[in-house]
Amino acid sequence: MNARVEGPPLAYDELHGADGALHPAYRAYSEWLSKVPPDVLQNKRVEADLLFRRLGITFAVYGDESGVERAIPFDIIPRILSADAWNKVAAGCVQRVKALNMFLHDVYHDHEIVKAGVIPEAQIMGNPAYRPEMQGVDLPGKVYAHVAGVDVVKVGENDFYVLEDNLRTPSGVSYMLENRRMMMRLFPDLFASIQVAPIDHYPDLLLESLRAMAPRPSGAPVAVLLTPGAFNSAYFEHAFLAQQMGIELVEGQDLFVRDRVVYMRTTQGPQRIDVIYRRLDDDFLDPLAFRKDSMLGVPGLLSAYKAGNVTLANAIGAGVADDKSTYVYVPDMIRFYLGEEPLLANVPTYRLSRPDDLCYVLAKLPELVVKEVHGSGGYGMLVGPRSSHQEIEDFRLRIMANPDNYIAQPTLALSTCPTLVEEGIAPRHVDLRPYVITGTDTRVVPGGLTRVALRQGSLVVNSSQGGGTKDTWVLEDGTC
Amino acid sequence: MLSRTAEHLFWMGRHIERAENTARMLDVTYRMRLLPASISQPMEPWAQPWAVPLITTGLASDYYALYRDLTEQNVLEFLVSNPDNPSSIVNCLRQARENARTVRGAITSEMWESLNSTWMEQGSVAPETLSPALVGSYFEQIKQRSHMFRGVTVGTALRDEAFYFVRLGTFLERADNTARILDVKYHILLPSPQDVGGAQDYYQWGSLLRSVSAFEAYRKIYRDIIHPRKVAELLLLRNDMPRSLRNCTAEMYRVLQSVAGGTGREAVRQAGELMARLEFARMDDIMAAGLHEYLLDFLERTGALGAEIQTSFFASPETQALVA
Repeated sequence: MNARVEGPPLAYDELHGADGALHPAYRAYSEWLSKVPPDVLQNKRVEADLLFRRLGITFAVYGDESGVERAIPFDIIPRILSADAWNKVAAGCVQRVKALNMFLHDVYHDHEIVKAGVIPEAQIMGNPAYRPEMQGVDLPGKVYAHVAGVDVVKVGENDFYVLEDNLRTPSGVSYMLENRRMMMRLFPDLFASIQVAPIDHYPDLLLESLRAMAPRPSGAPVAVLLTPGAFNSAYFEHAFLAQQMGIELVEGQDLFVRDRVVYMRTTQGPQRIDVIYRRLDDDFLDPLAFRKDSMLGVPGLLSAYKAGNVTLANAIGAGVADDKSTYVYVPDMIRFYLGEEPLLANVPTYRLSRPDDLCYVLAKLPELVVKEVHGSGGYGMLVGPRSSHQEIEDFRLRIMANPDNYIAQPTLALSTCPTLVEEGIAPRHVDLRPYVITGTDTRVVPGGLTRVALRQGSLVVNSSQGGGTKDTWVLEDGTC
Repeated sequence: MLSRTAEHLFWMGRHIERAENTARMLDVTYRMRLLPASISQPMEPWAQPWAVPLITTGLASDYYALYRDLTEQNVLEFLVSNPDNPSSIVNCLRQARENARTVRGAITSEMWESLNSTWMEQGSVAPETLSPALVGSYFEQIKQRSHMFRGVTVGTALRDEAFYFVRLGTFLERADNTARILDVKYHILLPSPQDVGGAQDYYQWGSLLRSVSAFEAYRKIYRDIIHPRKVAELLLLRNDMPRSLRNCTAEMYRVLQSVAGGTGREAVRQAGELMARLEFARMDDIMAAGLHEYLLDFLERTGALGAEIQTSFFASPETQALVA
């Protein structure tokens, strides 16, 4: 046996469950695995790495001067969820996204939730992601977050927590799709014997939902995917999705607005656009309305949008619902808009803008995770139990200089999954991001992107910080 | 199709074709050097063997901005791997791959994988690759890679605009290249028109034919010793020669007819004219008026066609009129 994992005590292991017995969801896979010689697995790993490189499934690392593209590490051992566990996650994510869309409509219309005293006015109006331009604008289907990535962690057999909601331009779904393709290519025999719920229809579902939200009631609305360009770290994903959906991948320079209508420049002249699946932040969308120096956007886009001539997915201003200070209100939103109890729990969160919470957090820093309210990508955060005394003291000074900028949460015992590492197969911490699509209805494909912290004991799963990904299997009902 | 996408596809085709043509040109230059001096020595003082590829590609002044002496190693490095030469083989492969990466959605995954793996394998050139022992197989690999990409393109791509713009780039680049090679070689090799035959001619003209994969074709078609005039005819007027000017222009004309729509009428007309001039030309007339003049005129016209393609299909926003 290898040295024991020095993770948080009692991290739930998805292979062995809480009682150390093999989890039923892994039974068929484990049986298969026990018959596979170790060198075959290592060879498959090498093969997967080569294939990913040849396919060019890579991302650029910001801040890396060399500009080298890296392949995101892919673990060939799948993460397996039973149908029951998945159904709970799926229902919870759908419920959450429905409430968040209703909240966003409310934010940009009548503020019912503020009038009811559930959320303070300042939480909305004082939020930097709030877009006054959107006040009173009616969107098709009242949908703001057409695509949402809900980050979920598992801490027990049926215990899930939502870590955060991503409602702006959530990424990673291409890895979900490519990981599955890779697994089917490497281990076709496994899919013949284990019934794994398919996910390949995601691009179809997305396209159908996007087109259903087109402003014109025409028969064939034209949708495009707007990318910041080939140098964006997620460019591979943009190109991949556009190809899978069969829509044009456009940059800002390919579009123009005339008489509040958006057109793209084609070899046959201008063509009218109905829906833009944009993977460009609000700030850069329209230099006439937002950042003047943006070379990536389309001058006049906001005017076309407000005139109801084009649909943007996701909507401008959706960020007001997904930052870490709004997060704490999501359970209340679900109760307020849907009249239901939340199916998935929030992680208890301390807001350091509150003096009581601040005092408590400063006293308990070594035990807590502290995050910036608007941070992302695992940067600007402190994982107390994994940090040195010096790191904690440095972070303490940063918090005290600007407490409003931070929230804190208990260190969660993220579940672990068997993962192929140098020494063999060992447990590593994972999270899960299901992708929730809203058109005429809110739907989710079974699974999502499982990110894994490849370093022993690490809880940071971000690809920019040594994280990898796994294929996520949801077993069909009745197979375990 | 997006104008920007079409432009990337066009240049993707051009860049990979250019890498292949450069490799071909260097390969025959290199082989000539292996022959005895009596055969390989230049007939004109300016036509040092290693100056010829520089003159042909029109990069001589760029070369002398970077190097002082004309040596084999310098020329090889300049045309194969020098990062400051935008047309070096490595830069062409890099740009072809970048073009492909930018428009991945518009090409088949096989096309992308072909260019991407080419770049991964050939993106850096170790110094020993350009050594006498290895350089021949290097050129072979570059040619193979280009063949593979073309084969993958023809074998996997939907016959839509994307395919046509790749092909357009390929044939425009190829026509330009064949005209240049023929022009320069003819100049060097033919100081006096009556001086025909002999070992020197065989090797010199043979190398020209080999550089455009036409040596075997020449033998098949003419069943004769190598006559410069027939070489010129083969590379100009034969419509069954894949690298001849006539075939390249015919391909461009066909492709342009398929993509033209309302925007490309002038480009179709120019390509058609170019093709017709070759289709109905007589070798006697061309030789009488001067092959060099004829080729210069051809290069000018292909340049103009390239510019017309740019304005009709890739044009910047301002020039695209809004069709109501």
